[in-house]
Amino acid sequence: MPGLNQFLILGAIIFCIGIYGALSRRNVVVLLMALELMLNGVNITLVAFNRFLTPPAGVSSSPFAGQMFALFVIAVAAAEAALGLAIVIAVYRVRHTVQVDQIDALRG
Amino acid sequence: MSPLLPLALLILLAPFLAFLLNAFVARRAWALAGAFTIIGVAVSFITSILVFFQVWAGARLDLTFPWLTIGPGQSRAVDLGLRIDPLTSVMMLAVSGVSLLVQIYSWAYLHETEFDAQGHPHVHRDPGFSRYYCWMALFTFSMLGLVLGSSLLTLFIFWELVGLCSYLLIGFWYDRGRTEARPLVAEGYEGQYADARLSPPEAAKKAFLTTRLGDLGLLIGILYLWSQTGTLTFSQLEGMVGSMPTEVATIAALLIFCGAVGKSAQFPLQVWLPDAMEGPTPVSALIHAATMVAAGVYLVGRTFFLFEHAPVAMLVVALIGGFTAFFAATMGLVNNDIKRVMAYSTVSQLGYMFLALGVGGLGAAMFHLFSHAWFKALLFLTAGSVIHGSGTQDMREMGGLGRLMPWTFLATLVAGLSLIGIPPLSGFWSKDLIIGAVRNHEPVVGVGRLFTLDLTVTGLLLFFALMTVMMTAFYTVRLLFLTFGGRWRGDPHLAHHVHEAPAAMLWPMLILIIPSIFVGLWGSPLVPVGHFVSFVEGRPFTEEMSLGDIALPLALALIGIVIAWLMYGLKTISPARVAALTGPLYRWAYNKWGFDDLYNALVGSVVVGFAWVVAWTDRVVVDGIVNWIAQVIVAIGRAGRVVQTGQVQTYAWVVFGGLVIVAAAVVLPTLGR
Repeated sequence: MPGLNQFLILGAIIFCIGIYGALSRRNVVVLLMALELMLNGVNITLVAFNRFLTPPAGVSSSPFAGQMFALFVIAVAAAEAALGLAIVIAVYRVRHTVQVDQIDALRG
Repeated sequence: MSPLLPLALLILLAPFLAFLLNAFVARRAWALAGAFTIIGVAVSFITSILVFFQVWAGARLDLTFPWLTIGPGQSRAVDLGLRIDPLTSVMMLAVSGVSLLVQIYSWAYLHETEFDAQGHPHVHRDPGFSRYYCWMALFTFSMLGLVLGSSLLTLFIFWELVGLCSYLLIGFWYDRGRTEARPLVAEGYEGQYADARLSPPEAAKKAFLTTRLGDLGLLIGILYLWSQTGTLTFSQLEGMVGSMPTEVATIAALLIFCGAVGKSAQFPLQVWLPDAMEGPTPVSALIHAATMVAAGVYLVGRTFFLFEHAPVAMLVVALIGGFTAFFAATMGLVNNDIKRVMAYSTVSQLGYMFLALGVGGLGAAMFHLFSHAWFKALLFLTAGSVIHGSGTQDMREMGGLGRLMPWTFLATLVAGLSLIGIPPLSGFWSKDLIIGAVRNHEPVVGVGRLFTLDLTVTGLLLFFALMTVMMTAFYTVRLLFLTFGGRWRGDPHLAHHVHEAPAAMLWPMLILIIPSIFVGLWGSPLVPVGHFVSFVEGRPFTEEMSLGDIALPLALALIGIVIAWLMYGLKTISPARVAALTGPLYRWAYNKWGFDDLYNALVGSVVVGFAWVVAWTDRVVVDGIVNWIAQVIVAIGRAGRVVQTGQVQTYAWVVFGGLVIVAAAVVLPTLGR
């Protein structure tokens, strides 16, 4: 039966895979996917904390605070993905590419 | 309060109001502009007469108020104010009187008559008519302010204002270019050339800059005097001069004299006045003959107590004045431009005045200033009439104007004889006073004896004065013969266009004949009481006039007249032969003793060289520092732009790296616990 640590390690691994993807891949769509991984890694830690630790009295009145956080993150991630993809499509129309290393109009 | 104060204010404010109205109201209404100035100056003139009679009766005005106070405990005041004494009242009469007649004269002078192919006259009014009267009103105001000032600072303010007006009026025809040298159209002078002349703006700049050189000395002198005495009021300075060290008085007097040298076109700053003739002739008559150029003499006369206390300064004044009188007259002998001959004559006569001041003849100098103002203004007005009537100002292209312009001829003749010093005209009495003053002067520095002649400075001064009498007679008679004698030598097509001056020009000239004849009597032994010199100097004055004193200058004048008559009237001596015989001397005088060339070379090498050094310093050192600062900033920016890749992932790396560092900083210290 896995404990809190195992879940936290799983969340950290998924988060790190996300960071690795976000920093190393050039395709914007893949970048967005990597961002999703990072968010989900965080979600796992939130839910795990909620499951294994009881919040001290006074900090939160709800036993489901961590899960609620996770739900919010999922909703925000969905909105972010929609917005991000819309931007990707808009950028593609103008620049005919989705490779981030070629989108450098703000270069100094 | 003195009853003179309202009158003094009226004298000042009438022309100033005319100036304001002309500057802001009557800019397009030309007739109104002329009327404002004439009325304003007329009010000044009438009030000046009233003031004169009150001063004659013994009234005085000496009013000062502190303009600003500075120093510990507000202890030192800089004063402004008005002063009326005999000297002022006499100056005001001359300034406002000549100015009034010149204003009336100018009305017609600025209406140019031109003839078309059919010979019909067309009258053109100068487009700058209103502007002209605007500046003329300002000038009259400034000149009256100059003589009314009761402190050196007041005087200096108006001194600069008249300089400005002189600049503006010399450059009145600012759109005219240079006059190039051109072959003469004159019978008997074929193959000769009329000289090239500066453009009016160039002449104006030359006049302004040259006088500024002297004004710098005056300003330093004023500051020096103030630092030494703490006051600039004439009456207070006069009271202090007794306790003043001689060196202080000498330095102050010499510095003040610098200003006078510039303004009165004395050697070595005489170069500007002949070129100032590029202005309209009435301007030359008023500013560059009668009033402004005499301001230098007035300045020395006003601060005469200082000079009397400084024998060295007196000697310098006398030598500069005497030399200038001689030196300018030699240039007048050979010039062919009617106005320039008169300009040299003015410089020469101003030299006389300084000579008189230098030998202690304050009253004599002021009297010559006063009488000279009238007849020299008249002489210039007649020159204006001649130029207006004949369309040229080179005397070789004139001739025979005596019959064509009889009234102008009469006026020129009277003024010319007065200038020569023919008794009993004005110039005779005033010049005689000056020569008398030189004669009575104690010899200052003796060098030795040559035969029976004492080689003293006074002897030299007397030599200058007497030689100048002869040369004055020569160039005046030469001018008269070349202009009015013989028959028309110029372009034959123009001969029947030569016309007598219109009434508005003629009347001022005819009126000026009266003072040119009679003013001199005031300074003659013939007046029983109230001799000019005793009036101005405020002490009893009796003039001993022996026949011998009169005879020598008169004989020299007659010699000058006869030589000129032989050369230009009877033509028994050919002027060309004389010029050829005296070759180098003639060219030396004709080229103005080389002073224009010398100054051009000096300005060209020294001033331009210095300017080059300054420009180099500015370009390389000053600009270099500024550019270096800019380059450093650019380099910093260039280094900084490397960070801005525009790559979103680079930024993400930085953010992540920063996060790791922060996390490490937070977490690592807790690990040991």
